[in-house]
Amino acid sequence: MSAHAGGYSADPRIRPVEWLPWIVAIAAFFALPEYLSLGARILIFILYALSLDLIVGYAGIITLGHSAYFGLGAYVAGILAAKVGVTDPMVQLAAAAAAGAFLGLTTGAIILRTKALTLLMLTLAITSVLLEIANKATNLTGGADGLSGVVVAPILSLFKFDLFGKTAYVYCLIVLFLGWWFVRRLIYSPFGTSLTGVRENSLRMHAVGAPVYWRLVLVYTISATIAGVAGGLITQTNQFVGLNVLSFESAGELLVMLILGGVGRIYGAFVGPVVFLIAQDLLAKQFPEYWYFGIGVMLVLVVMFARGGILGILDRILARLRRTA
Amino acid sequence: MSAPQGLALETRSLCKNFGALTVADDINFRLEAGARHALIGPNGAGKTTFINMLTGVLRPSSGHIVLGGENITQVAQASRVKRGLGRTFQINALFRGLAVLDNVALAVAERRGVARRTWRSASSYADVRDESMELLGTLGLADDASQRIRDLPYGKQRLVEIAIALGLKPKVLLLDEPAAGVPSVESHRILQVLDTLPKHIAILIIEHDMDVVFRFAQRITVLVQGQVLVEGPPEEISKDRRVHQVYLGEQRHA
Repeated sequence: MSAHAGGYSADPRIRPVEWLPWIVAIAAFFALPEYLSLGARILIFILYALSLDLIVGYAGIITLGHSAYFGLGAYVAGILAAKVGVTDPMVQLAAAAAAGAFLGLTTGAIILRTKALTLLMLTLAITSVLLEIANKATNLTGGADGLSGVVVAPILSLFKFDLFGKTAYVYCLIVLFLGWWFVRRLIYSPFGTSLTGVRENSLRMHAVGAPVYWRLVLVYTISATIAGVAGGLITQTNQFVGLNVLSFESAGELLVMLILGGVGRIYGAFVGPVVFLIAQDLLAKQFPEYWYFGIGVMLVLVVMFARGGILGILDRILARLRRTA
Repeated sequence: MSAPQGLALETRSLCKNFGALTVADDINFRLEAGARHALIGPNGAGKTTFINMLTGVLRPSSGHIVLGGENITQVAQASRVKRGLGRTFQINALFRGLAVLDNVALAVAERRGVARRTWRSASSYADVRDESMELLGTLGLADDASQRIRDLPYGKQRLVEIAIALGLKPKVLLLDEPAAGVPSVESHRILQVLDTLPKHIAILIIEHDMDVVFRFAQRITVLVQGQVLVEGPPEEISKDRRVHQVYLGEQRHA
């Protein structure tokens, strides 16, 4: 399960171990029917983290404002369902994707002219502006009370969203699979390799004649599109939108999940949300007031002792086993 | 505007000021096609500023830069690369976390116009990989192709620095102190590589190591305080009294 770096000598074929997450996800569907709504939430956050990994892990764009695109997708799907009367889930999802893409392109075109701390501040600013708009536009968004009355028709007029979250789980799994397949393909393409080039040394990428700015705008737009889809999914499965989808905390938490799992390796975006959200679920039941302390300890340990995240630790253990074998 | 026969790169009255500080003062410089030309001068003479103006990192305050007969003064850095202007860096500017092969392939892919492709896998572009491998072979780096840069000895990193620039198939190559930081026992390897560079490439080298300069260059320009002090073949430069005073003399004291 080593890092997926792409490149001109990398074998792009899917390795057997890469089917493991999908096997686990399908097994969980049958083995843990009472946890399917948590499961759907995890699947959505994996997709969301995957979109973040694309820009943070591969292109080296540091952001604390990715919730802007996730939140916009969530609200667009929610407003369509609750206020406009568009109940077809596919249409809602497409609209969420389009909204994410549009915001990603327009904001990316502006902020990607900057670097480092300036860029970080601008990503925060975008999220703050959106949050305030959502807070004030109560007619559309319900403001601090949240947006309820989200109606989602059966998928393809066939599969109704049920009380136990079976449909939602399978639906999210399929969307995640498509997102994963697309992101993976992108990372192994020449474009993906050029992104790692920008991350490693943007000065040199300029010097070999790469249009660095446009490459970054493109990947940022793709990432925002995927985050918008994830936002649309969270609305459809919760049938409710709260202001927290746009909050700075949710963007920060997402980054924590990705760092926990491992940055720039695709499957870090899988492991991180699984560990984070399950720990959150367990700890919140046991220690409702202190559960975040556990997350904090985990993050400190990972950052101090395992720079590659949980998957980085796994890599090192496997490497040691191989050497002794 | 058509260039005189055989002129690869030219600057006309190139000036650069940072406020009251003049770092390039009316530089008229000519690089012949296929030239082996050295730019020398004491620290702070403005050599790096000059290179940065040639490559488009810095905009000159006034004057013109002409590449292959075309005025490129206002042309962006990436477009100058596309027009055949390549460079290496004094301080390694490599993709440290990537394999040696990918370092070169990134340049080759940009030149071939495949770097923006998003659909097929990078490794399916065999032409990019083969060309990169061949280039590494000519520099004696074939066995290191799968090594990451950060695991590579410094001397070989300097060779990769040159390999990336060659991957662009430049018409004009600017070498910014290619042997910088390399111990003299290893610098002969860099010199060997410099000797085998294709003859049709016009090369401008900035170098402090006078052995490298006098062995490599057929013409030398001496830059002092942003001005061209003197230009000529190595025999003349080594005898020039002014050069001894401002440059070689200073070096002896250092």
